[in-house]
Amino acid sequence: MSLPNVEQVLNELAQNLNRYLQEQDIEQPLLIGIRTGGVWVAERLQQILKIEESGSLDISFYRDDFTRKGLHPQVQGSDLPDTVEDRHIVLVDDVIMSGRTIRAGMNELFDYGRPASITLVCLLDIGRRELPIQPDLCGAKLSLSEDELIKLSGPQPLTITLA
Amino acid sequence: MRYLHIEQARLIDPSQNIDTVTDLYVAEGRIKAIGRKPESGVVEESIDGRGQWLIPGLIDLGGHLAEPGFAQKGAIASETYAACSSGFTHVCALPDTKPVVDNSAIVQQILEKAQQARFAHVLPLGALTPDLAGEQISSMAALQEAGCVALSNARRPFKNSYVLRRVLEYAATYDILVFLAPDDVSLSASGSMHEGPVATRMGIPGIPRTAETIALAQMLLLIEQTGVRAHISQISCARSLVMLRQAREAGMSITADTPLANLIYTDESVTGYNSLYKVFPPLRTEVDRQALLAAVNAGELAISSNHRPHDVAGKKTTFIDAEPGMSMFDGFLPLAMQLVDKGELTEEAFISAVSTVPAEVLGMGHGLKEGSLFNAALIDPAQERCFRRSHLLSQGRNSPVAGMTLKGAASAVFVDGRRVI
Amino acid sequence: MIINPCNVQLTADGRLKHFLTTEGLSKALLTEILDTADSFISTQEREIKKVPLLRGKTVVNLFFENSTRTRSTFELAAKRLSADILNLDIARSATSKGETLMDTLWNLEAMYSDVFVVRHADSGAAHFIAEQVTPNVAIINAGDGRHAHPTQAMLDMLTIRRHKGSIEGKVVAVVGDILHSRVARSQIHALNTLGAAEVRVIGPRTLLPRDIGGLGCKVFYKLEDGLKDCDVVIMLRLQKERMQDALLPSGSEFYKRYGLTVDKLKLAKPDAIVMHPGPINRGVEIESTVADGAQSVILNQVSYGIAVRMAVMAMAMSGQQQERNERAQAQGEL
Repeated sequence: MSLPNVEQVLNELAQNLNRYLQEQDIEQPLLIGIRTGGVWVAERLQQILKIEESGSLDISFYRDDFTRKGLHPQVQGSDLPDTVEDRHIVLVDDVIMSGRTIRAGMNELFDYGRPASITLVCLLDIGRRELPIQPDLCGAKLSLSEDELIKLSGPQPLTITLA
Repeated sequence: MRYLHIEQARLIDPSQNIDTVTDLYVAEGRIKAIGRKPESGVVEESIDGRGQWLIPGLIDLGGHLAEPGFAQKGAIASETYAACSSGFTHVCALPDTKPVVDNSAIVQQILEKAQQARFAHVLPLGALTPDLAGEQISSMAALQEAGCVALSNARRPFKNSYVLRRVLEYAATYDILVFLAPDDVSLSASGSMHEGPVATRMGIPGIPRTAETIALAQMLLLIEQTGVRAHISQISCARSLVMLRQAREAGMSITADTPLANLIYTDESVTGYNSLYKVFPPLRTEVDRQALLAAVNAGELAISSNHRPHDVAGKKTTFIDAEPGMSMFDGFLPLAMQLVDKGELTEEAFISAVSTVPAEVLGMGHGLKEGSLFNAALIDPAQERCFRRSHLLSQGRNSPVAGMTLKGAASAVFVDGRRVI
Repeated sequence: MIINPCNVQLTADGRLKHFLTTEGLSKALLTEILDTADSFISTQEREIKKVPLLRGKTVVNLFFENSTRTRSTFELAAKRLSADILNLDIARSATSKGETLMDTLWNLEAMYSDVFVVRHADSGAAHFIAEQVTPNVAIINAGDGRHAHPTQAMLDMLTIRRHKGSIEGKVVAVVGDILHSRVARSQIHALNTLGAAEVRVIGPRTLLPRDIGGLGCKVFYKLEDGLKDCDVVIMLRLQKERMQDALLPSGSEFYKRYGLTVDKLKLAKPDAIVMHPGPINRGVEIESTVADGAQSVILNQVSYGIAVRMAVMAMAMSGQQQERNERAQAQGEL
């Protein structure tokens, strides 16, 4: 199966996001990437769209598989602006699959405050959803065979490979 | 006459400078002939002694038998059985039982129990002070008459030098032998192990060597002054050996022993808070261990068991809270044989330190001679034994050999000619 | 057959499953603790300080020795990890009424606890408990006798790292009653592993344990000598009992020789920081002006304490979890 060109997908996603924000009347969005891949994608979107504020979210403390997998050995911590209260947040992840990461990310965000809205943006969607969570915008949809996974490497350059 | 014939064993008896392969004939509890078959009578039983050592029975100068008073830890029957399994035929029982061995009734009781058990001879050590409190003089002469071979205060302190002086003077009056274990409790009481780098690392309050050497100096001076017959029990420090040597050079006839554990282990064994290795006197350093080994090899020191059985609860707690002591009888022989195997002890020095020297301390006739009572052990240095935890003979659950397989076992042990193992 | 005491606290692949001592832990692991604690500090600055990590887990504060302060920080740390917490103050009197330490442990195991935070007056108590309890229970040592107080030491490391950037290359002096100090021992191991240039201990001979230099520190008997060129000065608390134990003449004599005053602090590097595990005896270990001064980071230490305790509880639970899974898998394969 041929993988899409990351740069091309990113640029299209950026344009779609720009349009989406205008449609929603969101003027000062807060771009938040989920570690690690989501942060890289968010940084690129920030560059392209010249958005002022961004942050990163480490969901290690919010995962629902702690009892199965334990703590990730390299917890980096979240780095968010002073407040998310009443902010319009664009939550960015690299690949959406089960939806569990997004669930954990949203739970964590609410422990920082009550955002005005959350828009979910993903670079790639590979299906296999286990929770009722869908991205508002997504760069590309891929259908992989059962034993395949996708891996984003970065931050410079961003590349995707099958694993 | 019907004989027991021990055939072609290597007979080793340092008291007579004998080390030879020979035949030995026993009847009526006594050695009837060595080397040649007696002219009359028949051999009723024959034991093949080839490849084995036939040595005088081991004499322990200090073990705790836990009876009376500590039924959950041990009993005279179980502990003397365990002692016999290591070749002991005589065990000096320390007086810190409950009640303390400070009156003749208790001595009587202990001797009766030992007779019923029919394993090793128990030689009671009576208390030097009532209740071992270190304050007054016990009824020493009565204790001696009741059967105490010597008197001791275990490791309990004397209130002060005055009391010790009077105790020794009184003992000297009746020519009573005293066993003294040097320990200055004002220096040792807060400690649980040897004071040194290991204790510092583990944060365990230590027992400095001076706890032993200061008390030893005090004892030696008072022994000299009072002229009492004295034996120093449970030496653990190299420095103490120097002091003993000086005392002998000054003309004192002073004997001493060291516990076997102090010849095998050092304070490093305590690493990991292993409460098994909490013993008093504490395990000291490699320097001390080497000095003690050298003294045994030179014939200056006897080896005692310092056997002290404990139940599980005694040891299954924090190191500091755990009771001191090791159950030594089951493993005594193979552990000592390991030292011989490694060349740390010579065969002769080991045998002498557990039989000849203790017999001299106690003034006992004890040797493999024609006409003597047959108290002896037949030892197979090559025989391996597995010490399964559930099969230990001592009731103590604190044996250092539990779960191990070791070489060197007593294949037969005789007490007054009666085979007990 | 000597058991390496340091290995008791690690899983087969070297991850933390108990936290008993800083001794023998790798630089990578100590750094991981500090990094994880750093992440928890960021959660402590939020509106809602709780994270759901240990939801449904039970943490038992097992204090055989009273310490309201330490117990409270562990309690708060557990709560901020969303664990349920049970405080048991088992004063020594209770255990001496015939209930042994083992009885207490057996009773607790029946409660299906996940973490025991243990404080005990006997050195080695936490090790003992770690060896005795059923698998799956993580033991966190909250101070055992004179042996170790690893969470306190790690919060001190975090304090140094946050104020000085790194522990590497730093000269650190620990001053006062080293003899009775479990904190000092844990600090010395952690500082050496994390690459301090020199660890110094300063005190009179009566308060320095025999052979303390063997732990990897330089011994000074004069405060003035030991403070020279220090980056970090850690003052230890002096218990009043020490005067009765014939270890010191008096508090004022100690203050004169070993108390940290403005003048003496000038001997250290100009940007040196001053730490103290608290509670402070002003005018005994330290002059008030120094304790409250610009170089003092004593108050910051308290807030880092919660983060460090959250980190080690989470990490040890995680190690236990991993072992539990491996055991379950091994059983499944049988």
